[in-house]
Amino acid sequence: MSFLLSCPNCGPRDVNEFAYAGEVTSRPAERPSVRELATYVHFRRNVAGVQQEWWFHRFGCETWFRAERDTRTNAVLATEAAHAEPDGQAAPAEAAVPDVPAV
Amino acid sequence: MRLPPSPEERIDRSRTVTFFFEGEPIEAYAGDTIGSALFAAGRRVFSRSFKYHRPRGLLCCSGHCPNCLMQVDGAPSVRVCTAPVREGTRVRSQNVLGSLDRDLLAVVDKVGGPFTPVGFYYRTMIRPRRAWPYYERFLRRVAGLGTIDKHARRSSRFDTEHRRAEVLVIGGGPSGLDAARAAARDGRRVVLVDEGLALDAQLPREDGFETIAPARAIGIYEGGLVPVDAGDVLLRFRAERVVVASGAIEQPLLFPGNDLVGVLLPSAVRRLTRLWSLRPGERAVVITADDRGLAAAEDLRRAGTSVARVVDLRTTQPAQMAARGSHGRVRSVSVDGDSVDCDVLVMSGGSQPAYSLLAQAGARVEYDGTRGIFVPRDLPPHVEAVGSAAGEGARGAAAVPAASYRGTESGGRCFVCICEDVTDKDVKRAIAEGFDSIELAKRYTTVTMGPCQGRLCHLPSIRLYARETRAEEATIGTTTARPPWAPVRLGLLAGRGHEPAKRTSLHHRHKELGAQMMWTGEWRRPHSYGDVAAEVRAVHEGVGVIDVSTLGKLLVSGPDAVSFLERLYPNRFGDLKPGRIRYAVLGTDAGRIMDDGTIGRLSERDFYVTTTSTGAETVLAWFEWWNAVWGYDVSVDNVTGALAALNVAGPRSRALLARLTELDVSPDGFGYLDAREARVAGVPCLLLRIGFVGELGYELHFPSPYAEYLWDTLLERGADAGIRPFGLEPQRILRLEKAHVIVGQDTDSESNALDANMSWLVKFDKDDFVGKWALEHVRERGPRERLVGFEMANGTVPPEGGQIVVDGLPAGRVTSARWSDAVGKAIGLAWVPPALADEDSRIEIRVDGRLEPALVRLRPFFDPDDERLRA
Repeated sequence: MSFLLSCPNCGPRDVNEFAYAGEVTSRPAERPSVRELATYVHFRRNVAGVQQEWWFHRFGCETWFRAERDTRTNAVLATEAAHAEPDGQAAPAEAAVPDVPAV
Repeated sequence: MRLPPSPEERIDRSRTVTFFFEGEPIEAYAGDTIGSALFAAGRRVFSRSFKYHRPRGLLCCSGHCPNCLMQVDGAPSVRVCTAPVREGTRVRSQNVLGSLDRDLLAVVDKVGGPFTPVGFYYRTMIRPRRAWPYYERFLRRVAGLGTIDKHARRSSRFDTEHRRAEVLVIGGGPSGLDAARAAARDGRRVVLVDEGLALDAQLPREDGFETIAPARAIGIYEGGLVPVDAGDVLLRFRAERVVVASGAIEQPLLFPGNDLVGVLLPSAVRRLTRLWSLRPGERAVVITADDRGLAAAEDLRRAGTSVARVVDLRTTQPAQMAARGSHGRVRSVSVDGDSVDCDVLVMSGGSQPAYSLLAQAGARVEYDGTRGIFVPRDLPPHVEAVGSAAGEGARGAAAVPAASYRGTESGGRCFVCICEDVTDKDVKRAIAEGFDSIELAKRYTTVTMGPCQGRLCHLPSIRLYARETRAEEATIGTTTARPPWAPVRLGLLAGRGHEPAKRTSLHHRHKELGAQMMWTGEWRRPHSYGDVAAEVRAVHEGVGVIDVSTLGKLLVSGPDAVSFLERLYPNRFGDLKPGRIRYAVLGTDAGRIMDDGTIGRLSERDFYVTTTSTGAETVLAWFEWWNAVWGYDVSVDNVTGALAALNVAGPRSRALLARLTELDVSPDGFGYLDAREARVAGVPCLLLRIGFVGELGYELHFPSPYAEYLWDTLLERGADAGIRPFGLEPQRILRLEKAHVIVGQDTDSESNALDANMSWLVKFDKDDFVGKWALEHVRERGPRERLVGFEMANGTVPPEGGQIVVDGLPAGRVTSARWSDAVGKAIGLAWVPPALADEDSRIEIRVDGRLEPALVRLRPFFDPDDERLRA
């Protein structure tokens, strides 16, 4: 794995500067059933294709951002900072959240 | 031995260099390689082959083939044909028992039998089973090539350098140079790397682009990454455009005896005669499928070797060819039954584009039937091929007749792969056994898997394969090209050896006091200062001080700080008054414990969060991650390094502190779990009254530049109270006496706060917090195991990780165990089944194979009512 990833702050950098934190998943908005909870916590789509994922610029600006990457080619189609909402409100409930420590 | 001087030669006859081969001094000229100097000294056998231990001599003289691998100054498998001579170098042969000329293991070649066919070790050495250790010892001795001195120290320092180039040209031949010049003219930043093996021509030092030589590109990876082996430095090039000019590789011909000493490829003739002014032999035969062989014949004539016969396979199609030799040296060649005596046989099977780097980059490799070679096609974007690497001018041996493969019938072995000693018979046998794809046959026969990595055997093996299976080369395809393209020393990939360590501001004070330092994560911390029991006693009876600067320290500030922390932690913080502290456990949405620490509220909107020593960075990233989603108006600042921290603990800690600060430290003025800001010995401190070690105690957090001053002051002013510094080991005993949990030691990645007896801090009535749903599920399901204390009935200290046994079956595990002087017992923490998680439950713990009885304890072993802690 040696592709370049474009950090929203720092621009294109070697992938080794970043920590990969998995697919962007969707945290249940309401209290989930055990099945839904297990799905959210453990199950991943593991697509062969384009997926949304979390990255952390660990040896850089320490920004979390989302990337759109084709898992077959490692082509990174887009990256965008996960911006805080301007009014300080929590992001929409369907926003994705991680389930494992980032590093 | 040398020919008369010529203007082309690369040796400087006025300067001699002496090195040692098998302990004997060898004189060489400056400009020689070890290989050319040994050849000049009369050596013809350079190595013994991998399996049969057949004598092998110089073949390519270009650093491709395995025939000149030797140990050079302890480094195994150095190709001496391209390794320059250096004064005093010690060269030894490898893979021989005895000497190169009399290798006892050559018996394998003579005996034959079960040891010779391909895959013999899969079939022969499996019975009887119990003999395997002997087989293995034997095989380890005779298999493989050089040996590594496992006790040798690091001999050089390796480094990694990150470089960028707009255009990276790999290969400094004519096409590579043209490409580099053209790109430089366009104003591009160009770097050219070359193996420096093109001994024929010096690379020009030009302005306009940078030349790195000797250096080898070892692969092309995604993102235009090209690692370049430049000796002791690995250059990680990122290139916008990669131009591959890796040239073509001369191919051998397949006929019996094609591995005999004296069989040469044209490049070897060219280099021996022109660069080092050496005569390859007295009488030569040339068998060629292209013009290179004819050129070699010219070179031979010029060097004074008589050329007895030239067979041009483009015009004649012999039905039979074979080389015969004695003692491993070629003596005669017969073509269609016509035998010619010779001591040099030049074979040229055409040249194959060196496409491996291109294939790694994603190019498709296609068989060009008219030329009999594989050529790269459909290059990926940003990668291009020029010159013979692209197939220009290269041609294979399309004309090579079938007869040339009719090897073994006419006697002698015909080698397809000289690295791994694979003969045509072996390949045929593999096909007969059903390995009917080239990838499978490769794995079974190991053809192309030796030191040359297919340079000399890839094309011949596929052509042979096609012939035997009556398939087209084009449909057989090629084996996958993988990095590294050239041998790389592992040290180069490992890079510079370094073990980063974090040290606290008091590191040198600890060393001066004779502390035994230990690793905790990346931190170096004192295990103890020599007397663990006395250090524990000091904390119980007087006062002790421990450096806790390694604690993670985060400042969480902002209008949403309360909401943010309440959503991250299962605890509640809204009701925490400024100046108060709460123990908190951080969890994941799976309900698992991740970290713990104390959270002090400094003001309405400022919180001081401590984490475990090893968890600081994880927790910081975790906070930032969640807030990337939630967008709360908070800032999180990591002050772990900025602040040092000391824990002053023991019954006399209050009196000591009272001497050093104007703060009211009375029990009423500064109670348990209070946080205060004050000056201590003039140093601005945040004081936290918490007690991990179970005695009255204060954590002082302050700017780390003051650390040595404050440490010295505490030790000096506390001397009359018997103050002692204490290390991690005494701290672990002290906390265990209080049954305080260490996250990561007593909990693991499966532990949740409820099972770990922390249900009091989980506030299920909050709308949401990370892990709420999972913990609700755990609450409904009931505990699966519980973390409890235990004390041993007879004082044996069980091992950490020791098994709890119920009815003869494993039922739990010990996470911590120590002997406690204060309790007078061996105590510990363990996970046990819920049914046993009651006071005085009897459990058994496996210690050294015996079962030792223990009693479950649910309350702290020492000061169970926290009277000392809250004093």
